[in-house]
Amino acid sequence: MIAAMFLPQKRQEEKKYSFTRDTLKRLSRNRLAMAGVVILAILILGAVFAPWIAPYDYAEQNIEEAYMSPCLKHPFGTDEFGRDIFSRILLGARLSLVIGFIAVAIAIVVGGLLGAVAGYFQKAVDNVIMRFIDILMSIPQLLLAIAITATLGSSLINLMIAVGVAAIPGYSRIVRASVLSVRDQEFVEAARAVGTSDFKIIMKHILPNCLAPIIVKATLDVAICILSAAGMSFIGIGLQPPSPEWGAMLADARYYIRDFSYMALFPGLCIALTIFSLNVLGDGLRDALDPKLRD
Amino acid sequence: MIRYVLKRILALIPIFVAVSFVIFSLLQLTPGDPASIVAGTGAPKEAVEQLREEMGLNDPFLVRYFNYLKGIVTKFDLGTSYETKTPVTERILTAFPATLRLALASILFAIVVGLPIGIISATKQYSVLDNTFMVIALIGISLPVFWSGLMLILLFSVKLRWLPSSGFSTIRHLILPGITLGAQSAAMITRMTRSSMLDVIRQDYIRTVRAKGLPELGITFSHVLRNALIPIVTVIGLQFGQLIGGAVLTETIFSIPGIGRLMVQALKTRDYPVILGSVLFISLLFCLTNLVIDVVYAYLDPKIKAQYSRERGKKA
Repeated sequence: MIAAMFLPQKRQEEKKYSFTRDTLKRLSRNRLAMAGVVILAILILGAVFAPWIAPYDYAEQNIEEAYMSPCLKHPFGTDEFGRDIFSRILLGARLSLVIGFIAVAIAIVVGGLLGAVAGYFQKAVDNVIMRFIDILMSIPQLLLAIAITATLGSSLINLMIAVGVAAIPGYSRIVRASVLSVRDQEFVEAARAVGTSDFKIIMKHILPNCLAPIIVKATLDVAICILSAAGMSFIGIGLQPPSPEWGAMLADARYYIRDFSYMALFPGLCIALTIFSLNVLGDGLRDALDPKLRD
Repeated sequence: MIRYVLKRILALIPIFVAVSFVIFSLLQLTPGDPASIVAGTGAPKEAVEQLREEMGLNDPFLVRYFNYLKGIVTKFDLGTSYETKTPVTERILTAFPATLRLALASILFAIVVGLPIGIISATKQYSVLDNTFMVIALIGISLPVFWSGLMLILLFSVKLRWLPSSGFSTIRHLILPGITLGAQSAAMITRMTRSSMLDVIRQDYIRTVRAKGLPELGITFSHVLRNALIPIVTVIGLQFGQLIGGAVLTETIFSIPGIGRLMVQALKTRDYPVILGSVLFISLLFCLTNLVIDVVYAYLDPKIKAQYSRERGKKA
């Protein structure tokens, strides 16, 4: 398919399997990356089926059972309102994963388009767009996200936009660089000669060439975005309690850390696990997609 | 060299102007009328209107931006805090030393821990030690600052009672926040040191020095590390910039009176001039750090310096 463009035709026939399959095979040999895939799969399944798996309603308060340490009835214990922490964490996985993936999707679409346009048209367009990207890059990512949420107000959608916008520069640069490297090659010239539109050339002939670095960066960026969003909820400008967002849960649990430390243990552990699985998967993908390491 | 630095400082000016423009535009989009906030609730309409005129809020957008920029350039004036009615600059400068100390402590921790571990890992590639270090580094990257901080407090302040969990007066107060904030950077430095040194170790000239019979330790430090230093310095510099930003969370957890906590407080009271002033201030620091890294590059790598002098030669 798209990935077939990476390898010359002849070598592919020799090997009898596609680039994608080759990459997956190499990835599956990386044990750490596979551990990441398994953890991530469990998290995603947990998030998708959260309402059916969760033993309690995430918002259900039961004052009689407040501050219960982890036990059979409540595997992760209960919080100050007697809400089941396990159920809340499951629902929280939904929020975190959705925020992470959508924020990165925003960054890829906007950043990628800007980069493609800049690289393809060059000159003034390139200059204007890339200087704008430079500005975004000169504000630390978390701070930019904070400034944007402060302006837009805090809601789930604004949080995704804020975190996503802060991640734009990386994609613009990757896409622009690879557009610059292929735009003068014969196959693009040929496409232009037969009258293909600029848009179609960018989408069909140029963008597939930078898929590999984008996939790697996106995997690592989902982790960063989840972390930023949770951090922002933690300082009280992302999602607010009673939302079961992991960062917001941690912010609540902070006040009980002396006596009920399990309340802070589990949400944080889940964030760490999510980030860890995405990081090892990203690392593994980078190695698997690296032509230098290909045998 | 001095000309190179000067040129880079000049190049900062347009970036700073642009960043301040973005921040100022964001400020304009924020809800609420600054004049009625400054005047206080229940102020008569005429007073608010007069204040609007005095604050220049009735001027067109670009005029207001120009005045804002002029204020920053001539008087380092970032506006007035809605909450305390004092200059934003004053509040930021009071808070800055704490943030700087925290960032320095963290980067020190990160270098002291990260660099040696990276060197050991690179020289013993694929050994048990190397694998263990790499997994630890991966975990270090994945730990959210705001959680590891809480866990450190739980262990060292609540359970063991060794270190204070909040406040910022002595060196002891710096240990936990420094480790919390520095852990992630330490992991990044470890990984970069390892991979950068591995790239160099495979080079032919390293085989040559080894053939000449140089002791292994000398090879590692004066040949491998020296040549692997550029990416490591980049990461250290970038991490330092990230630290100043990441301090927001750490300062909140450990109640450190720095810029981060100032920002979080301002966010709660919707004190927009303080929020955006802080972002602007930190961004400027971030750009300055990047500048310092670039200058260090030129010092470390003669090729970069040569490239620069060639450029100058071309122009002349």
